[in-house]
Amino acid sequence: MANGSGSGKYEKLAIEAPSFQKRTKRRILLDKVAGKLFSLSIFFALAVLCILLYQIVSKSIGWLDFKFLTGNLSMDPYKAGIRGVIIGSVLLMVVVIPVTLLLGVSTAIYLEEYAGKSRLRSIINTNISNLASVPSVIFGLLGLTVFGRLFNLGSSILAGGLTLSLLVLPIVVVASQEAIRAVPGFLRDASYAIGATKWTTVKKVVLPASLPGILTGSILAMSRAIGETAPLVVLGIPTLILRIPNGLLDDFTALPIQIYYWTLDTVLTAEYANLAAATIVVLLVLLFLMNSAAIIIRNKFQKRY
Amino acid sequence: MDGRINIRELIMKSAGGALHRRADRIVSVFLLLAASISIITSIGIVLTLVTDAAHFFSEVSLRDFFGKNLAPLGSNPSFGVLPLIVGTLASSLLAMIVAVPVGLTAAIYMSEFAPAGLRNTLKPMMEVLAGIPTIVYGFFAYSFVTPMLMKMLPGLEAKNVLSAGLVMGVMIIPMVASLSEDAMNAVPTALREGALALGSTKLEVTLKVVVPAAISGIIASFILGISRAVGETMIVVIASGSSKKLTFDIMQSMQTMTSYIVEFTGGDAGSGTTGYYSLYAVGLLLFIFTLIMNLIAQYISKKYREAY
Repeated sequence: MANGSGSGKYEKLAIEAPSFQKRTKRRILLDKVAGKLFSLSIFFALAVLCILLYQIVSKSIGWLDFKFLTGNLSMDPYKAGIRGVIIGSVLLMVVVIPVTLLLGVSTAIYLEEYAGKSRLRSIINTNISNLASVPSVIFGLLGLTVFGRLFNLGSSILAGGLTLSLLVLPIVVVASQEAIRAVPGFLRDASYAIGATKWTTVKKVVLPASLPGILTGSILAMSRAIGETAPLVVLGIPTLILRIPNGLLDDFTALPIQIYYWTLDTVLTAEYANLAAATIVVLLVLLFLMNSAAIIIRNKFQKRY
Repeated sequence: MDGRINIRELIMKSAGGALHRRADRIVSVFLLLAASISIITSIGIVLTLVTDAAHFFSEVSLRDFFGKNLAPLGSNPSFGVLPLIVGTLASSLLAMIVAVPVGLTAAIYMSEFAPAGLRNTLKPMMEVLAGIPTIVYGFFAYSFVTPMLMKMLPGLEAKNVLSAGLVMGVMIIPMVASLSEDAMNAVPTALREGALALGSTKLEVTLKVVVPAAISGIIASFILGISRAVGETMIVVIASGSSKKLTFDIMQSMQTMTSYIVEFTGGDAGSGTTGYYSLYAVGLLLFIFTLIMNLIAQYISKKYREAY
């Protein structure tokens, strides 16, 4: 039997074939199971989101009505309303919107259109990305020291608004930079070719073309600002303000602050939890509207070149 | 690029438009000023923290600062930050125990397994989770998660690190998921196709090709997640309370660096007292902590990035 050892080898392979098939089957099964397991992570996150929303909405039912939205703050949970709180948040935005838009868009224009590839540009860019990850409570300390004490603005709307502006500035800058970068060079070239100066080109060509992107980023930054609590608490907003703020130098309270104090005080009065939940619903509806506006602007006005 | 500048210079040299050119210069100065605000902000943060922390350290020695007794309002106040550091690390660690596995597998699913249509609906939903203000998570932790956990764990206090850390983890999931997914999306398809052509399953491609190729971005996302957890304030303020005792028991209340700052500016410490300056010392520590994390994350994602 000269071929004995050879046929033995084939026999061995033939024996291994089923185990190879088995292993392939197992690998495919493992692949399917793993895919399902990974998808569970997402559904876990979304389930938490649903529970969170359900809990808050169910706690607010019966409390969130017209009287609550238009009434004044009160120690008595059955009489309390958040008119002054909403006005506080709106006045805060009256400060934050112009300041961040002016500074943020100007910074982005400078970095993208004027700075070239200079060292200064890379320093400012690095600086902005580092600022974006500084904890918000640190911005609170900055606001407390500079706006609150140095400029003597105390815990006024102006002090709070300026602090929040600095906090969300990096978001507006980065979003505006991306929008400006997306404007193709030939549009600028065409503008220069008909004799426009740099600023005319920026004003008449670059800004209009990048406006949707800038607006989208700015609205997202504002929705961050309107829900931000820590810096305002650090500024020392008084616990209960029964007066409605009149001007930018008045003390104030805003939606997140009021949620914070009511949540803390549930130990004293259990109904405050319902007031906090109702205020959260108002805040979330506001955020939802702002984000929808951002998405609509992005989808409707964004041009591709 | 060169062509454009030449044309521009040509126009600038030509007659007329002097007014425009002057306006051009004024505007560019204004834009530079606006751009410098971000630098001024950074300098302002450092100066504020350092000068007022210096006041603090002229009264309290470094040794006492890193001690374990924290009683800022006592008749004989002490300012040891060890309890705060332990509280911060405990809550961040708990958060990462939730955020790392869930965030990474969610990213793997979205990047490698989900069909494109499903992916386009899941991504905005994760963004909703990321857009919820932290004060809302704090309310959720205190009024829902803690009572729920109390039923399972009888010894749990009303304010505890466990619930704060877990909810903070949920808050960080979208951040870890989206950054890791970006890293995995940057891995070229050719690598995946090569592995698939050799007979690998999707899972094998993911674990043996995509994840190793994207590992720098994935680790950077974990570090940024920790940095976010360390700097997170409202969840821990509400759900974890303000116990200044040095403990390692996650069933109890622990104070973090951030919640110390929030508790103390609430008006307890008058300006000029050691207690007031201690805010800035703790703030400086927190700032250095998060800055180092961010620099490490930037370094890793730049240095170890596989370039294709």
